[in-house]
Amino acid sequence: MEFVPEARQQLILCCECGTAIPPNPANMCVNCVRSMVDITEGIPKQATVHWCKNCERYLQPPASWVSCDLESRELLALCLKKLKALSKVRLVDAGFIWTEPHSRRIKVKLTIQKEVFAATILQQAFEVEYVVASMMCPDCTRVMAQNTWKAKVQVRQKVDHQRTFFYLEQLILKHNAHQETTNIKEVKGGLDFHFAQRAHAIKMVEFLGSMVPTRSKSSEQLISSDIHSATSNYKFTYAVEIIPICKDDLVVLPKKTANSLGHIAPLVVCTRIGNTVHIMDFRTLQTAEISGPVFWRTEAIAPVCSRRDLKKFYVVDVELLGPRAGRYALADITIQRLADVGKNDDVIIVRSHLGGMLSFGDLVLGYDLLTANINNDTFDALNADDVPSVVLVKKGYAERRRRRRPRRWAVKTLGKDEEDLAPRKQEQEKRAADFEAFLRDLEEDPELRQGVNLYRDEGAGAAAPAQPGTAMVDSSDEGAGQGGDDEDDDEEGDDAPEIPLEELLDGLAIDDDEDRGDAMDME
Amino acid sequence: MAVRAQFENNNEIGVFSKLTNSYCLVAIGGSENFYSVFESELGDVVPVIHTSIAGTRIIGRLTAGNRRGLLVPNSTTDQELQHIRNSLPDSVAIQRIEERLSALGNVIACNDYVALVHPDLDRETEEIIADVLGVEVFRQTIADNVLVGSYCAISNQGGLVHPRTSVQDQDELSSLLQIPLVAGTVNRGSDVVGAGLVVNDWSAFAGMDTTSTELSVIESIFKIHDANPSAIVGDMRDSLIDNYS
Repeated sequence: MEFVPEARQQLILCCECGTAIPPNPANMCVNCVRSMVDITEGIPKQATVHWCKNCERYLQPPASWVSCDLESRELLALCLKKLKALSKVRLVDAGFIWTEPHSRRIKVKLTIQKEVFAATILQQAFEVEYVVASMMCPDCTRVMAQNTWKAKVQVRQKVDHQRTFFYLEQLILKHNAHQETTNIKEVKGGLDFHFAQRAHAIKMVEFLGSMVPTRSKSSEQLISSDIHSATSNYKFTYAVEIIPICKDDLVVLPKKTANSLGHIAPLVVCTRIGNTVHIMDFRTLQTAEISGPVFWRTEAIAPVCSRRDLKKFYVVDVELLGPRAGRYALADITIQRLADVGKNDDVIIVRSHLGGMLSFGDLVLGYDLLTANINNDTFDALNADDVPSVVLVKKGYAERRRRRRPRRWAVKTLGKDEEDLAPRKQEQEKRAADFEAFLRDLEEDPELRQGVNLYRDEGAGAAAPAQPGTAMVDSSDEGAGQGGDDEDDDEEGDDAPEIPLEELLDGLAIDDDEDRGDAMDME
Repeated sequence: MAVRAQFENNNEIGVFSKLTNSYCLVAIGGSENFYSVFESELGDVVPVIHTSIAGTRIIGRLTAGNRRGLLVPNSTTDQELQHIRNSLPDSVAIQRIEERLSALGNVIACNDYVALVHPDLDRETEEIIADVLGVEVFRQTIADNVLVGSYCAISNQGGLVHPRTSVQDQDELSSLLQIPLVAGTVNRGSDVVGAGLVVNDWSAFAGMDTTSTELSVIESIFKIHDANPSAIVGDMRDSLIDNYS
């Protein structure tokens, strides 16, 4: 007969009530343990969460406000953080108990474990009720008090187009200079940047100053002051004016200034805007730079002709003279007004810096000073013999070539607020035209492209993503209403320049601010 | 009658006292209250000796003994040994033991007839125990604890063992000791029975935290009752019948 050990459960008496129980670490029955210790002791059964009525966000102490739905994970996390004593116990489970949303009560059921006595873990479930108290968040308070910003940068340029601002926008995007702005507003003649702190505004002013010649003026407005603590609250405004000279403008210099700039000719073409204005004498290839202080000290420096005054010419002959400077080469160029082609044989011979890039049959854009209407004292003071009849500025391209296919790239835009009143249709068209001109500049000028992030546009159908009026763009800067549009289309076989694919960045999702960082990384 | 006591706010009175049928040792220091508890119960029957062992007060854990003898560790000073010998009744032998496991109270649990000892105790020590205390020695564990002295309290009447001692172990120990055993606790659920309880054949002292349930378990297993009629009926019946038959 085999011995089979009897598995008898030995019992001891609970030390409190004398019930027979199997031995456990406390040697006490569960009811006695429960009655002796309350592991929820110290955990408040009621708490208050603060909630902003306006933006419907909850206060996450100490100072952040988060928006979360009722019965969401985020809200649960927020509620649990309210219970300080919870760190002393082990939280096993937590969940919401449904409450009527308008009751302004949140009920959370918690299950906790805690070690009592030696090596005895007790588990207990209980409810905590939260009262949702309404408290306006600082953001909403500021909105209510119409006091959303502390510093403002007003950027203005006194010209009749917006190309500079389109370029500036790209620069800002590329350098992420808009990170601290609370709001960007588009106003007539420029942009307003709003900041929560003065330092951010100063940083923006300095950023702009490093990119283009500017002058700025600061002013402040007292909002409130406390005589007891001798503190006061100001609003700061920085008015930043950008130099009103743009690329390809014809600039006239007073004789004195011209002499101080290395005896350059008084009538020059602006070739580039950087930190300073780069000008070039188109008859000698001599270059000089006008810095911001020089410009504003000398009132008389002024652009006399700008992009809007450009006329189209037809190149009849190019005779290189020899001197070269970079991509510019001095040449005598025989041109004919496009409007005259086929009507008369008037040709004009001009000396120009564009010799290297023009050849017979090309279109070229220039200022026709014979017919131009210029109101400028400095210009009038020039010796009439020094003023050429035509100043060539840049190469032109036939309209048809451009329109043949949509752009395969796009640029990003800042999220801007428009002015209160919607712009008139006419202004919208003008704006679209300016944007198109800016995009064309980008295509034609690799130097300009350096300051801009260009993105590959997968849906190549949308040529100019942010501009609905692209199709409306007319030859405002090229044909200038010369009536030669039909002929344009048939002429000359030079393709308009395109941006090489390798310069484009991937990952374009317009209006998606998140991928900005990725795009920057890939540069 | 089982009594509750506390040594300087400490409930582990088994650490600070040693109780046998012929003497009682209590630690020096602390308030007079602790001694008076013992003296009021035992004063006119057995000597209550104030002493230290090796300069410490944890005498209950360092010594082992019964009616016939007392074993003290090697670290006991000559002065202490002399004092104890002078205070003990002449019939009680005292012996200093050279043993690696010097906390003799933890490794030896004994009544007047049987001793349970730590399985790793020296053979020489085992022989001394058998000679001095006049007991049978068994190497045992209690609920898988080798410190048999800490986890049980036994007298000639019965014994209280660690609460996790299985029924089989209890049966085995009970047959070795020839006394009834029960698994139980002292000091409100403490399983260190030897430290919370000192007991002899007619009295028991437990820590102040000991609940009434625990006290009743102690009283019933150690058969410590006030002299009442049921005691005459229960305990004296056999001998009466034996005598008169």
